Amino acid sequence: MTLHRLTVHEASRLLQNGEISSVELTESVLARIDRCDPQVKAYLTPTPDLAISQARRADERRAAGDAGPLTGIPAAVKDNISTEGVRTTCGSRILQSYIPPYSATVFSRLVDAGVVLVGKTNMDEFAMGSSTEYSSFFPTHNPWDLSRVPGGSSGGSAAAVAADAALFALGSDTGGSIRQPASLCGVVGLKPTYGRVSRSGLIAFASSLDQIGPLTKDVTDSALLMNALAFHDPCDSTSASEPAPDYAAGLEEDLSGLVAGVPGEYFGEGLDPGVAKLVREAIERLSQIGVEIREISLPHEQHVVATYFLTSWAEASANLARYDGLKYGLFAPEAESIQEAQSKARGRGFGPEVKRRIMLGTYALSSGYYDAYYLKAQKVRTLIKDDFDRAFAQGVDVVVGPTSPVVAFKIGELVGDPLAMYLADLYTIPANLAGVPCVSIPCGFHEGLPVGLQILGQPYAEATVLRVAYAYEQSTDFHLARPQIPGGGSPDHKKN
Amino acid sequence: MIGRAEVEHIAELARLELGEDEIQALQRDLSRILEYVAQLNELDTSEVPPTSHVTPQGDVLREDVSRPSLPVEEVLANAPRAEEGYFRVQAVLPKGER
Repeated sequence: MTLHRLTVHEASRLLQNGEISSVELTESVLARIDRCDPQVKAYLTPTPDLAISQARRADERRAAGDAGPLTGIPAAVKDNISTEGVRTTCGSRILQSYIPPYSATVFSRLVDAGVVLVGKTNMDEFAMGSSTEYSSFFPTHNPWDLSRVPGGSSGGSAAAVAADAALFALGSDTGGSIRQPASLCGVVGLKPTYGRVSRSGLIAFASSLDQIGPLTKDVTDSALLMNALAFHDPCDSTSASEPAPDYAAGLEEDLSGLVAGVPGEYFGEGLDPGVAKLVREAIERLSQIGVEIREISLPHEQHVVATYFLTSWAEASANLARYDGLKYGLFAPEAESIQEAQSKARGRGFGPEVKRRIMLGTYALSSGYYDAYYLKAQKVRTLIKDDFDRAFAQGVDVVVGPTSPVVAFKIGELVGDPLAMYLADLYTIPANLAGVPCVSIPCGFHEGLPVGLQILGQPYAEATVLRVAYAYEQSTDFHLARPQIPGGGSPDHKKN
Repeated sequence: MIGRAEVEHIAELARLELGEDEIQALQRDLSRILEYVAQLNELDTSEVPPTSHVTPQGDVLREDVSRPSLPVEEVLANAPRAEEGYFRVQAVLPKGER
C-alpha cells in the first residue's frame, strides 16, 4: 500500500481501525519526500527525526485511547508559521537561523491533537509573491511540470500536498497565497474568514488581510482541518469569539435553494480562454447539481489590485520594521551605530521584492502622502467590500469564478516584470479585502496543467462554501488525479 | 518619475542600505507602480468612510494583570549579542556626534 497517497480522512480511518500505525504512515511520507523533494524542492527544513518521535508518541496515545481524527497524521507547515525549536525562516535570509522560542497557537493546537510535523515549506520571502521564486533560498517546482512554478506564496505547501509529500499542509493567504498555489498545483486551498483562525505566531505581512488556512487533497479534509483550526484565541485580538460549527457535519446536505453569483468582471481581459472554458463548465456543473446561477456585477473589481498594493505594502512596511538586526536575525557586526547596523542588516537580509514593497509602503505612509495613497486605498476598500455586501443582500450565497487567470507559468517567466506577476492575484485579492471565506478546488486541466474554481462566501459561512465545493467535487474526479514526478515512481491514479 | 534623492530619502526612513543598481531599479519600479495605483483617483471617495479592518469587533481589552512570559535566556537565545540579560547594541550616536 502506498500510504503517502492517502487523504487525511482515509488515513484517519485506517489508524482508528488499527490497520496502520502512524510510524508506518510517517515513514511512507518521509520516503516520498526523499524520492520527490530533490526535484520538487517543496521543503526548506525537513524534520524527519522529530516526525518519527511524534509518530511514536501518536501511536502510544492511540493505544492509550487518547486519539482524535488528526492524531498521527503527517503534515507540512509553511515557514512563516512559528514552530517552537524548529527553524522558521519566512523564506528570508534575514531569518535564516531564527529558531522561535514559541509556537503559533494553531501549530500548538495541531501538535496537541497529535499531528506529526514532517517539515517546514518553502515560500516567497515574507509571503510576498505569487510563484515562490522570491524565496531567498531556492524556487519550488510544480509537481505537474517541474519547469513551472507552483504558484505562491504558499508554493511549498501546495507542491508538498500535490506531490503526496504531506497529507495536508498549512499555508497563509494575504492576497491569494493559499488559493492561487492550490489552483496551480491541483489541490484544495481554503482561506477562512478574517478572524476565524488565529494569527498569533504567524509572522506578519499585512495584518488586516493575513489568514492561516489548510491545503488538502480534497474538500472533506479541508472541513476536518477547519474543525481543528477554528477557535477563539485570546492571543489574537482579531480572533472571532463566536463558536465554530462542525464543518464536516453538513458537507453532504443538498444544494437546492443556494444561489451562486457569477461576476461578469471575472471573465474579462487577461483571463486565459482555456481557463475560462473549464470554469464555465464547472459553473454549468454547479447548475446541474442544484445551484441557481445568477449573473452579478462587482463594479470595483478593476481597482482591487491597486487597493491591495497600497494597503498591504503600507502594513508590510510597518510590520517589517521589527527586523532590526539587534534582537534576532541577520546582524551587521562592523556597524558603528544603531542606524547603520539596522540599515546594513536590512539591506543584506531582504531580497529585491521585499525591499520594493517596503519602499512603496514607506512612501505611501510618509508625510504628505498618507491621504493620497493609504487613506484613499482604505476608502476604495469600503467600496469593494460594499460590492460583495450588495450581492449577499440580494440573496447570493456564494460567488464563483476562476482562482487564477492563467495556469502555472514557467519558472523565470514573470520574475523580471513585477506588475505582471501582481496581476496573477486579480481574482483572489477581493476575498482578503472583504475579509470573507474563499476556497479553490480543482476543476480540470488545461494543456495538462491544473485549473482552479474559486468559491467565495459570506463572512463565517465556511460551511456553505465547503458544502458547495464538496458537492462539485463529488460530481467530478479531478481531485483524484496525481502528477507523475520524474524519479517519484508511478502514480496510482492517472489524470483523465 | 521618482527622483534619486526621493528614493534615498525613503530608503533612509525605511532603514535600508541600497546598492547603486538597486537605487536605479527602484526609481523605475516605484514610478511605474505609483502610476498604476493613480487609477484610484478616478473614484470619488469624498463621502466614503475608510475600512481599516473588516472584523466587526471593536477594541478587545483584558485585565491588566501579569501573566507567565518567556524566560530571559530563551528570549535572548536568538540575539546576535547579549550581555547580562540584555540585548547588546551599537552606540546610538555615530562617532563624532557622541
